[in-house]
Amino acid sequence: MTTLLIRGGRVIDPSTGLDAQADLLVADGAVREIGEGLSADSAAVVDATSCVVVPGLVDLHAHLREPGFEQKGTIATETEAALRGGFTTVCAMPNTEPPPDSAPAVESLLERVSRDARVRVLPVGCTTAGRAGKRLAEIGELATAGCVAISDDGSPIADGGLMRSALTLAGALGLALAEHCDDPALSRAGVMHEGAVSERLGLRGQPAAAEDAAIARNLALCELTGSRLHVMHLTTAGGLDLVKRAKERGLPVTCEVTPSHLFLTDRAVAGNSEGPAYDTNAKINPPLRTEADRRALLAGVNDGTIDAIATDHAPHAPAEKLQEFDAAPFGISCAETALASVLTLVARGELELAAAIRALTEGPSRAFALADRLPGIGTLAIDVASDITVFDPLETWTVDPAHFASKGRNTPLEGTELTGRVRAIVVAGELRHATEAVGA
Amino acid sequence: MASAEPVAERAEETKASEPETPPPAPAWARKDLVDTDVLSSAEMDLILETAEAMTEVRARPMSRVATLRGTTVVTLFYEQSTRTRASFELAAKALGADVVNIASSSSSVEKGESLIDTVRTLEAIGADLLVLRHPSSGAATLASRHTGASVINAGDGMHAHPTQALLDLYTMRRHLDDLRGAKVVIVGDILHSRVARSNIWALRAAGARVVLCGPATLLPRSFSDALESEPCETSTDLDGAIADADVVMALRIQRERQEQGFLPSLREYVQRYQVTEERLATAQPGVLVMHPGPMNEGIEVAPDVVRGLRSVVEEQVANGVAVRMAILYLLATARPR
Repeated sequence: MTTLLIRGGRVIDPSTGLDAQADLLVADGAVREIGEGLSADSAAVVDATSCVVVPGLVDLHAHLREPGFEQKGTIATETEAALRGGFTTVCAMPNTEPPPDSAPAVESLLERVSRDARVRVLPVGCTTAGRAGKRLAEIGELATAGCVAISDDGSPIADGGLMRSALTLAGALGLALAEHCDDPALSRAGVMHEGAVSERLGLRGQPAAAEDAAIARNLALCELTGSRLHVMHLTTAGGLDLVKRAKERGLPVTCEVTPSHLFLTDRAVAGNSEGPAYDTNAKINPPLRTEADRRALLAGVNDGTIDAIATDHAPHAPAEKLQEFDAAPFGISCAETALASVLTLVARGELELAAAIRALTEGPSRAFALADRLPGIGTLAIDVASDITVFDPLETWTVDPAHFASKGRNTPLEGTELTGRVRAIVVAGELRHATEAVGA
Repeated sequence: MASAEPVAERAEETKASEPETPPPAPAWARKDLVDTDVLSSAEMDLILETAEAMTEVRARPMSRVATLRGTTVVTLFYEQSTRTRASFELAAKALGADVVNIASSSSSVEKGESLIDTVRTLEAIGADLLVLRHPSSGAATLASRHTGASVINAGDGMHAHPTQALLDLYTMRRHLDDLRGAKVVIVGDILHSRVARSNIWALRAAGARVVLCGPATLLPRSFSDALESEPCETSTDLDGAIADADVVMALRIQRERQEQGFLPSLREYVQRYQVTEERLATAQPGVLVMHPGPMNEGIEVAPDVVRGLRSVVEEQVANGVAVRMAILYLLATARPR
């Protein structure tokens, strides 16, 4: 095992309250020392001058597409994208074919992961068989097989009674139930946020009330069961307010927000061209909302109501997005721009750096209790932590999806200048990615 | 006729026997016509003035010219249509263009070919102008960005139907001295209507006062905010909205709105929103009653009003050909040779 010295950076670890200029020594697969003026014989040196050194980033919500949709992405390509984006742990969402709704399916996925993955991959199992929302998956077996949470991903559980049972069972197993909160009778076949832009463009809209109503129902069931509910990709000011009040009452609820919803609004669909652009790369579910929602979400990250910033990385093959807006699939290829768009918001003064780092490390680790299974996730704790992300918070670059490691080139940020760039990534104590040569 | 050519309506002969028909080279630079919202009032005036000239052409006994000889117009319709498709075909033929009509039900679309591949294929086989009707909003924008052919939007989802709006504007101008300050009431399913949208942008550019009227479930809540302009007036009370109106435009009501829960019943719609003689009593004396078609008999407009003196519904259809000739002409002549 190599010895690695990360020298001269600003080390921020919300899990221990650390924020200081320090060197960081990694040896024998773990962080051994954090302090000033460290040195070690024969250590490889990462020059982190003017950089920030944080626990390896944790993504609660990524679509790796394999098995079943390899034209969109594979475990190899999408975990390479995560790595380059600064993430050392990703939770793989279960909308694959077949979906991980049984132990053999999870075991097969973990086999592929051990062969191909570039970062840690933790599987999220299905809540219901085939994600069909009809009968429960064998959740106990999924937990034993290694699932860190259960979710039906993009298919909200419409049946409140079934949702209650799922929460009760998952809670007894110590698993969070991650839910896409949406009332399909209200969102109907909406393809974007319902509001001024959807009315102007003549696109069917999903009202914010569809998300708010589902969050309200699921919070009531969270209270009824006492089980852990994780609200995925929260997008509305109203929904955030509901979660905030539930947390104040002590309910075991956590929530995540995507970088896309922090960075963009529904106007991205119309674009800046002379006539409306109908940019399918800005088509995402739940949809990009209004500026008022975006500002509420930023405040939610800053005040800690929002536990995690999760990418909802959703790669698609180019031809799939080159369709009519109604026909194009939902999703943004986000892994490689997520950290930079967050850091751009920090540079603009819209997000606080410490709050953003918490939401990318300790926050998500706690939401799915990941450190219980894999100690060291989301922290730089001595002798435990082994994943580290180093980034330059001020380096600017222009998004060019042609250079993505992800198979998905579907980003509405093409041509956008972002601030903040990954410099080095350590996974399991080994330098796995660096943008510059490492000195000896 | 000096020519001895056997086919009387051959375009060349018309050219030989008539003075120079089309107006002089226009200041038109756009490749496509996707919606009215991007048009300046000068561009709209140009279309309407050109349509005047085309109306004259159509009034001649020999109503064909050869202006677009050698130009291929393809109509590509992913939705059923009678009047729009026929109107474009007649307009293109009246200008001497070659016309190919494609309906999605009888094309490679049925075999799963994408819209982009379809328009590229049509361009490759020589389409200069592509007239596109599609059920998805934004389809014309998508097509226009992936083909060198000029795309004319003949209706995309709920987004836009610019040629309908321009023929409506043309029809209004032929009856009203000045559209500035004129009150135009659009009544019906505004929310789902591409005709309403394109009309709103065109009418507002022309200086008209637009009032949107219909059941509360079918009215937009925040129209035109996205354009950073003043929202349109809206009303759920047709009796109030119609007062002093210069134009009342009724829109087609889709029967499926009832099953979708937007309307309690067509009966209630008729009671509250049908354009009737009685309701028109408070409008301006010369009020124009319009409908883009196809009309549901006895629903949107009372039968006696449709056939009455205030109705310009048939004139709209007739003007549609001249306006589409103007648009085809302007787009074709702006194309690089």
